[in-house]
Amino acid sequence: MATEEREEAAAPRLVRPYALTSGRTESAVDLPIEATLEVQPSAKTATWPEGDLSGRIIELCAASQSVAEVSAKLHIPLGVARVLLGDLISAGHLKTRATISENTTTDERRDLIERTLSGLRAL
Amino acid sequence: MDYAPSNRNSASTKIVVAGGFGVGKTTFVGAVSEIDPLRTEALVTQESEGQDDISKVQSKHTTTVAMDFGRITLAENLVLYLFGTPGQRRFWFMWDDLVKGAIGAVVLVDTRRLDDSFAAVDYFEAKGLPFIVAINQFDDAGQFGPDEIREALAIPSHIPVITVDARDRESAKHALVRITEFALTQLTSVPATA
Repeated sequence: MATEEREEAAAPRLVRPYALTSGRTESAVDLPIEATLEVQPSAKTATWPEGDLSGRIIELCAASQSVAEVSAKLHIPLGVARVLLGDLISAGHLKTRATISENTTTDERRDLIERTLSGLRAL
Repeated sequence: MDYAPSNRNSASTKIVVAGGFGVGKTTFVGAVSEIDPLRTEALVTQESEGQDDISKVQSKHTTTVAMDFGRITLAENLVLYLFGTPGQRRFWFMWDDLVKGAIGAVVLVDTRRLDDSFAAVDYFEAKGLPFIVAINQFDDAGQFGPDEIREALAIPSHIPVITVDARDRESAKHALVRITEFALTQLTSVPATA
């Protein structure tokens, strides 16, 4: 299981990733790791400098992607991805789709779990 | 964000795959995921003690904790993510982030290293997250059945203990069906106060 062995190798980093967020480590919005993002119309008219991470996030999210996928595919740590995504959500360029949260009622939870179950059975 | 069932909005959810180091978490995720497992990293700042013997000065190190995950599109408007937990015990605080909002967890067990499974079982019991125990059938593992493992790990009788071949798609899929079914029964047996 070579892929899992790498998980134990916690190596010091040479870069300072939070420079990408001007040092901010807290996201403006609560972002579950599995939450998927939907690009909003305002993002289509907004422009970002070439190579700017926000622009790359918007491009990536054209195909529905989760917070975890944005982090993995752009090779940025989870916390950094959350801050950048939080900014884009606050600016109205992205919206999160539903997940199970503290505010989810039991009926809503049951509905989502039932849909998951029938989806898994049909695989 | 709240989940609105009335209009069947697009949603995503997750199941956590836990267990000790080398138990086959990433193999399991890879067996059912529609994408090759991806890796996300979180940064952790740690006070390190005694590592710098010359200066005896405490220093702060930023290390990364990796989590592998996969994705299954279950319907046009529903995506399931599978997250493998970081194995090292000192990174367990990361689990809190992972289990929040999860349907449940599959605890993979290697019968040769049962000790590694105790901690995961304890954790999910303490968190009240529905979980099942799945014994990964390694070729060279001993012939311990679910009953023996249930007893060895002191798993309550209502919690499913199954066998799984983490390399096999159908087997991994079956484990996901079982945890989802179990999560559903737990939901109906718990008063609606959550």
